[in-house]
Amino acid sequence: MSRHTLSVLVQDQPGVLARVASLFSRRGFNIESLAVGPTEVPDVSRMTIVVNVEGAPLEQVTKQLNKLINVLKIVELDPTAGVSREIMLVKVKADVESRSRVIEVVQLFKAKVVDVAPEALTIEITGNPEKLTDFLKVMEPFGIKELVKSGMVAIGRGSRSISDRSTRPAEKQGERTA
Amino acid sequence: MSEQITGAKSLVLSLEAAGVTDVFGIPGGAILPLYDPLMDSKQIRHILVRHEQGAGHAAEGYAAASGRVGVCMATSGPGATNLVTPIADAHMDSVPMVAITGQVASSSIGTDAFQEADIRGITMPITKHSFLVTNPDEIPRAIAEAFHIASTGRPGPVLVDVSKDALQALTDFNWPTSIDLPGYHPVTRPHAKQVREAARLIVESKQPVLYVGGGVIRANASAALLRLAEVTGIPVVTTLMARGAFPDSHKQHLGMPGMHGSVAAVGALQKSDLLITLGARFDDRVTGKLSTFAPNAQIIHADIDPAEIGKNRFVDVPIVGDLSEIIPDLVAAVEAEYALNNRGDYEGWWSQLDHILQTYPVGYDFPTDGTLSPQFVIERLGIISGEGSVFTSGVGQHQMWAAQYIKYNKPNTWLNSGGLGTMGYAVPAAMGAKVAVPDKTVWAIDGDGCFQMTNQELATCTINDIPIKVAVINNNSLGMVRQWQTLFYNERYSHTNLHSDRIPDFVKLADAYGCHGLRCESQDQVDATIEKAMSLNDAPVVIDFVVHKDAMVWPMVAAGSSNDEIQYARSIAPEWGGEE
Repeated sequence: MSRHTLSVLVQDQPGVLARVASLFSRRGFNIESLAVGPTEVPDVSRMTIVVNVEGAPLEQVTKQLNKLINVLKIVELDPTAGVSREIMLVKVKADVESRSRVIEVVQLFKAKVVDVAPEALTIEITGNPEKLTDFLKVMEPFGIKELVKSGMVAIGRGSRSISDRSTRPAEKQGERTA
Repeated sequence: MSEQITGAKSLVLSLEAAGVTDVFGIPGGAILPLYDPLMDSKQIRHILVRHEQGAGHAAEGYAAASGRVGVCMATSGPGATNLVTPIADAHMDSVPMVAITGQVASSSIGTDAFQEADIRGITMPITKHSFLVTNPDEIPRAIAEAFHIASTGRPGPVLVDVSKDALQALTDFNWPTSIDLPGYHPVTRPHAKQVREAARLIVESKQPVLYVGGGVIRANASAALLRLAEVTGIPVVTTLMARGAFPDSHKQHLGMPGMHGSVAAVGALQKSDLLITLGARFDDRVTGKLSTFAPNAQIIHADIDPAEIGKNRFVDVPIVGDLSEIIPDLVAAVEAEYALNNRGDYEGWWSQLDHILQTYPVGYDFPTDGTLSPQFVIERLGIISGEGSVFTSGVGQHQMWAAQYIKYNKPNTWLNSGGLGTMGYAVPAAMGAKVAVPDKTVWAIDGDGCFQMTNQELATCTINDIPIKVAVINNNSLGMVRQWQTLFYNERYSHTNLHSDRIPDFVKLADAYGCHGLRCESQDQVDATIEKAMSLNDAPVVIDFVVHKDAMVWPMVAAGSSNDEIQYARSIAPEWGGEE
């Protein structure tokens, strides 16, 4: 099993998220994370889907996704040629005694304190999944009261744009297995 | 500006603009507004069925017999959920179908209103696409897109769910002049390079087989296939969904492959060095245990659906496109190889296959107790009714016998539920087929179990002058399940005895429905009974063929077994011969 990041451009229409999610579940895939939001093109949304699968089943699910009428384009992002980020909000125990040590870690990770309470600090941190995991490891001894993650978003490096290409429809299903 | 009309009227005009002439359905609360203007349509004949499942299978039979899009209609909630089975069936067998359902008013959606069901959500995994329309202005576009999606690319069912308020509100009717679906562009032209590569494999192979699936029929590519087969001299097998895609009478035809395929067809696939797969999908009922299927074969796989390629079996040469374009291109590419004197020599292959064909013909034994042989009945039906007829079937033993013992020489003459395996398909599908091709004799070959699932549509047939003919192969039991109990469950017949010899009386039932009811219990009456049925065209005919209940379907590859373990008859494994 290996981790793959799919960028999926979809028409922003009701039910499209359900179609994509149900397709993954019907074909027996677990979605590790899914983030969806608008793009620079009106009425086009972008989903970033992280899945843990073998290569052959991934190809099958990609082809099945391509068959959804509302799916415009699917690109698997090469982790070495892209930037991927998650945002996390964490509530960490921090009383008078430990607060300064917690803030020290926040500064080391270039994170940000967004809320202060007598017994806790709420911290915002952005980064790739590894950075967030490392941050949590360091914070754990202080006591993590609550955390929330956004799901990963990712984009390719360089000047080429994924949505430019999606306007050339022939490419969508022209992709063949070689 | 033209006068405004209701959404319902706009929907009727849209269906007319889409070329619809026949619809099968039942009205109900949420879809009532549509049924009012539908009454005035001069173009659309609405056939009032007795159960929505009947409407769905009728639309399927209509589509499969004619190649046109079948249309069914139902109200919200239970009306819509009764369409779920035929929609799933159409999805599995790639049948072009549009299902129109009423939905509760948009203000009530999500409130658990009376007769509310999220039919779009329910059918999402079993439709090619679906629409929920709550704005009356969007009705024409949704209908136009639904018909376009259902009938192009890999055909399939499309659901259009329309809320009651959208049907009642006023709107302008604007039929779209073009279809704009940026995410839907099926590839129809094959890659020339792939076609050339396929031709090269064909001329290099020693033991090729044309593995033909239902896609050839949907693509209207039977004539092209005949040419490819004759130009190359390669043996042909036709799957359950492809019966009729290639003439059974042709000397290159080895029969049907699969769980109940002919020994020759199964053996040819197993021993082949090249499968030329055309519109087939390596279904488990064809491959048997996948890891031992056609172990020495390279695979050419041509299909309109890129997702089928490589789904079950690794493919050496994939060709995505419309088979009606791929096959002629393939013929040209093969001929180009011939011009360079590259020609396949299949003589040794044919002598092996001829040996298997002669040693293991598809056949059956007559019961020793004097009861009627179901295979004989079905074989005679095919011969007497003749080539111009359309045959539908339910699912089970009678289906397999109808696939084995009727000779199909033309496409769209054998309609059955292959993928989903829906018992009860035969009668409503025959009704739909008869509406689509009224000049043809249409037979529903049904089992006594299947028949009792959907025979209420005989009322629809009688009242609407749709004179189908039904042959109930009555073995008193759920025959295929019973066969498995005989073979794999120590003859413990748990809940497979239907007692159809006593209840119901199918002849009386036919009579109650205004049909001609006939009964046949012995071999010497078979021809006369069928001929009698052929002569009755003023109403549907039902024949109760009371047959031997222990007859079994052979050959057989047990579920999960390798095709190499095919049994010609019980405990008789064929000698393949010629194994080098």
